[in-house]
Amino acid sequence: MMRHALVAGLAAAVAALAPWMSASAQTEDPVAADFDKFRALMEEANPAELFAAKGEQLWKTRRGPKNASLEQCDLGLGPGVVKGAYAQMPRYFADVDKVMDAEARIVHCMITLQGYEYDKLDDRPFSSATKTPDPVSITTYVAEQSAGMKFAPPQSHPKEKASYAIGKEMFFYRAGVYDFSCASCHGVDGQRIRTQPLPNFTKPEQAIRAVQGWPGYRMTGGVMHTLQWRLNDCFRQQRFPEPDYASEILSALLTYLTVNAQGQDYKGPGIKR
Amino acid sequence: MRIGTAVTLVAVTALAAACAGMQPDPRADAIAMMERDFHAEGIAKMDRLKEDAVQAACNKYNDNPPADLAKKLQGEQYAGVKWPQDGNLLGDWKSGEKIAQNGRGMTWRDKGAVGGGCYNCHQIDPATTAFGTIGPSLTQFAKLRGYGPDIQRYAYSKIYNAKAYTICSQMPRFGHAGALTEQQMKDITALLMDPASPVNR
Repeated sequence: MMRHALVAGLAAAVAALAPWMSASAQTEDPVAADFDKFRALMEEANPAELFAAKGEQLWKTRRGPKNASLEQCDLGLGPGVVKGAYAQMPRYFADVDKVMDAEARIVHCMITLQGYEYDKLDDRPFSSATKTPDPVSITTYVAEQSAGMKFAPPQSHPKEKASYAIGKEMFFYRAGVYDFSCASCHGVDGQRIRTQPLPNFTKPEQAIRAVQGWPGYRMTGGVMHTLQWRLNDCFRQQRFPEPDYASEILSALLTYLTVNAQGQDYKGPGIKR
Repeated sequence: MRIGTAVTLVAVTALAAACAGMQPDPRADAIAMMERDFHAEGIAKMDRLKEDAVQAACNKYNDNPPADLAKKLQGEQYAGVKWPQDGNLLGDWKSGEKIAQNGRGMTWRDKGAVGGGCYNCHQIDPATTAFGTIGPSLTQFAKLRGYGPDIQRYAYSKIYNAKAYTICSQMPRFGHAGALTEQQMKDITALLMDPASPVNR
């Protein structure tokens, strides 16, 4: 009894300290601290709202070769249910017998419901100075509809568990000319690359930083980006070949990251440096 | 093409599962899925996903392989270090500083070896405050360790292949991987070893 109470008390004390400790670690770096202040200011009028509004319009408009809207798209909570869906992905979808993250599922719906072709969506999937691809805007809309909810990706189906296990293997898989894995930068506490603090995604309280703020309006370049883009850029810097857009391996990696962050609040589309 | 490889993957996975008595093998599944779901881009071909002996040992044993295996592999990595023909390990520290600052190279659209990205992970010249902390500080490198030929050889070979010393080091094997030229590695060695370098002042 006493021992249990002591352990519980200790756990509570550590839990109470944890946010303070990580906050102080972040503010140690003046550049990062300044940026955090700037981001807080920017979040009050986040350009991401524009992309969410455009995405909502795209979701509801009859488009594509089949002249259909996405309102029958099943994001896991039933056809057309958008509210809360983003925070509960990646998840298993019986119709394709695999796990999909939000953007992969949206791309799937654009192909099956609207008749778009993967190869054309895959051609230039990421935002540039002159173009924001439709799946990016739609993903921003879908994500906004989960703002304020807790991340709760399901882990009940065997394929959801397998996806987590595969994503974890991928996270630690070292290869390529630099011998890098995701964990080379994101597997240890309190490290920095140049002035950029590196969260440790193997720990729940830091894993939230892998998924928080995405989709994000990136001030470098002034474009809207999704997690698909972020992972793509990680693999570029990892000196790997390029992952296929909206592919199963990316859904697996996102399963690993999102499950690690589960139970924590999603603030909605954000601002990124 | 994609459907073809997907079918192959399913077949391979099914076969692997059957052989292993249906035991799930996430590592094999992850490697098969990577092979299917990545494509070559620019200079980064698909062979970059293939583990060599060092990467395989580190991946399999969570960066902590058995001591005898680690020792054997480290010996092989050291034996593979190509020393400069002229026997001179020290280039120009000023050029070395530029290479250390430059974090570009070996990504999809790079031409090949460009920079070493040393400051991404290490403190080097104390005047540069934008440095990472993944690797140890190298400030006062030779001042602390000595300027002699043994330490020169240590610095050069560590840049050439960090795995010759620590098998699962997070540091890239710049010479082994062809990610820096011999002259670039000499210049970085000079940055660490030259008494005139700001590292040692």
